[in-house]
Amino acid sequence: MRRLLFQSVINRPVTEAAPALDGAALAELAARIDSAARRRLGRSLAIRAVDAGSCNGCELEIHALNNAIYDLERFGLRFVASPRHADVLLVTGPLARNMREALERTYVATPAPKWVVAVGDCAIGGGVFAGSYAVCDGIGGVVPVDLKINGCPPTPEQLLRGLLALLEANA
Amino acid sequence: MAEGPIDALARQRPLGAGPLVRTIVDVAGWEALAAELANGDAWSLLAHWAEPGAVHAAVLDARDGAVAVATLICPANRFPSLGRRHAPAIRLERAIRDLHGIVADRAPDLRPWLDHGRWPLRHPLAPLPDAPVAPPPYSFLVAEGEGLHKIPVGPVHAGIIEPGHFRFSANGETVVRLEERLGYVHKGIESLWQHAPIDRATRIAARISGDSTVATSFAFARAVEAALGVAVPPRATWLRGLMAELERIANHLGDIGAICNDAAFTLMHAHCGVLRERVLRACAVAFGHRLMMDRIVPGGVALDPSDDGLAAIRSALGEIDGRFPQLIELYDDTPSLQDRTVGTGALSTALARQFAAGGYVGRASGRDFDARRAVPYAPYDALVFDVPVRTQGDVDARVWVRILEVRESVRLVRAILDRLPDGPVQHDGVARPDGVVSEGAAMVEGFRGDYFAWVRVDEQGRIARAHVRDPSWFQWPLLEAVVEGNIVADFPLCNKSFNCSYSGHDL
Repeated sequence: MRRLLFQSVINRPVTEAAPALDGAALAELAARIDSAARRRLGRSLAIRAVDAGSCNGCELEIHALNNAIYDLERFGLRFVASPRHADVLLVTGPLARNMREALERTYVATPAPKWVVAVGDCAIGGGVFAGSYAVCDGIGGVVPVDLKINGCPPTPEQLLRGLLALLEANA
Repeated sequence: MAEGPIDALARQRPLGAGPLVRTIVDVAGWEALAAELANGDAWSLLAHWAEPGAVHAAVLDARDGAVAVATLICPANRFPSLGRRHAPAIRLERAIRDLHGIVADRAPDLRPWLDHGRWPLRHPLAPLPDAPVAPPPYSFLVAEGEGLHKIPVGPVHAGIIEPGHFRFSANGETVVRLEERLGYVHKGIESLWQHAPIDRATRIAARISGDSTVATSFAFARAVEAALGVAVPPRATWLRGLMAELERIANHLGDIGAICNDAAFTLMHAHCGVLRERVLRACAVAFGHRLMMDRIVPGGVALDPSDDGLAAIRSALGEIDGRFPQLIELYDDTPSLQDRTVGTGALSTALARQFAAGGYVGRASGRDFDARRAVPYAPYDALVFDVPVRTQGDVDARVWVRILEVRESVRLVRAILDRLPDGPVQHDGVARPDGVVSEGAAMVEGFRGDYFAWVRVDEQGRIARAHVRDPSWFQWPLLEAVVEGNIVADFPLCNKSFNCSYSGHDL
């Protein structure tokens, strides 16, 4: 273990520079975030991920944000275990009807000010599952969506761009 | 609209060569099947599903790897329960009842499974679905005794994982019973497949479980090809194998790190996470998608990687060669980590065999089964590879099986790259309608275990019905068994070492 730790000290970090900001996402967000909320939150956002029926593809890429290459926490963004600690709900999946109540309760449990990010084509409009008896064709009909990140699944870079825009609009 | 299996079979073309045949049995034959499954000497239940007026059971004969599908016609929507004699069928029968309204007679558990009373209809796959009724509260199994307390967890979990509900009954720190409640991510995939054009159905099949998108696409494509009698060009089958092994490597790397992370050993997690990312990036260069979603399609593969793409894969393998041995050493030489994994969550060989547990769950408990070898398919029929097996059945054994499988898959990827044949990667005109109803089935080994896929293609070349059974169906019940007697804090380790799919199970 000592050798591995030593190598980590002498080698350059694998972490990569932040991607360029997504202008469209910034504009979308600027209109939704008021200055009082910006002052209160500063440059740090706590994120609670909610899988509302995803295939798990989006979760894999959200996970990747925490690896040493993307290192989400350096931006002041961190994942928290409870909605009560969260500023942002990151919601994936077409919203399975069996998850609807859980999502509603998670949203209510999150203290204001709060934002909802719809991650992936499913959360935005149901994706390939749209039209099924078992899903709500996206989360928009149940919780107010502040930011959409397209993709199936969105890459970690796309996710990072969206989340950094949220942080920027908030600063 | 709803066509019975007899009508379908009457117009069915011969399935030709292939190990998967479907036979219609009578009630006595069905009961004999249940008895043989319960006896447990040779047969394992691979899948159990339904369509209007009929139930199907796929069984595997462990002696020669033969797979057969038995169909029982049940016009009164009742059939003798397999679950009564063979426990692995219980949840499948509960799902059949929820989706079709077809009831297993004398079934040991009549509670709903996938239907939580939230859909706008009941029995969504029946010819005429029923109106919804408010269900009674779900009754969990009882655990009673002095000092017992309950810990309800989920469906929204603390980590970034899929939703499901776990009900622990604990005495102090010791778990005396775990009961799972699943179905939260049921998306109605089988209903979406009905009457879907093959290309749309294939996109849905790629999203059964995101971490196994290659494996489910592979299984679905092979089932469609078996139904239509399509021959896949050799280069395409080798590229399929390449993607399947890369998917296995990426998932194992992620999970080995995540298991150690659940023992608060973050160093391993950090290093494995970087290696996993390298593999996914190489996949993106070679196949244009990090998870290789929608790349395997009936008739071949959607994209032929460039030389640069193949070089990116070789380069990622080089990085694994350089760094993975150190990580194995780190796992092996850290007593505080071994203290958490050795002896934890032990699964007996008997249970692994009874439930036909696929993948590393079965192979860490002495069930030496791998669909790549047992039911050979291209390109694996032309490749030589080891299937690592352990017998201890604990978290440590599951970690070791995965470590050894990473090594073996790296070897396989190199062998495939070295021998990749030239030629086209797509058979033309797969979905040509020819006025014939036909069926096909296939088994494919994913990283988590074996997938079983069955499809029926209608006269217009669309999917009439399809079913894909995720390996998690037979692994989830075993997680309940292995947690018993462990401490609550070891549940995340047990759970992550299984890493069952919620989405693939809930479908």
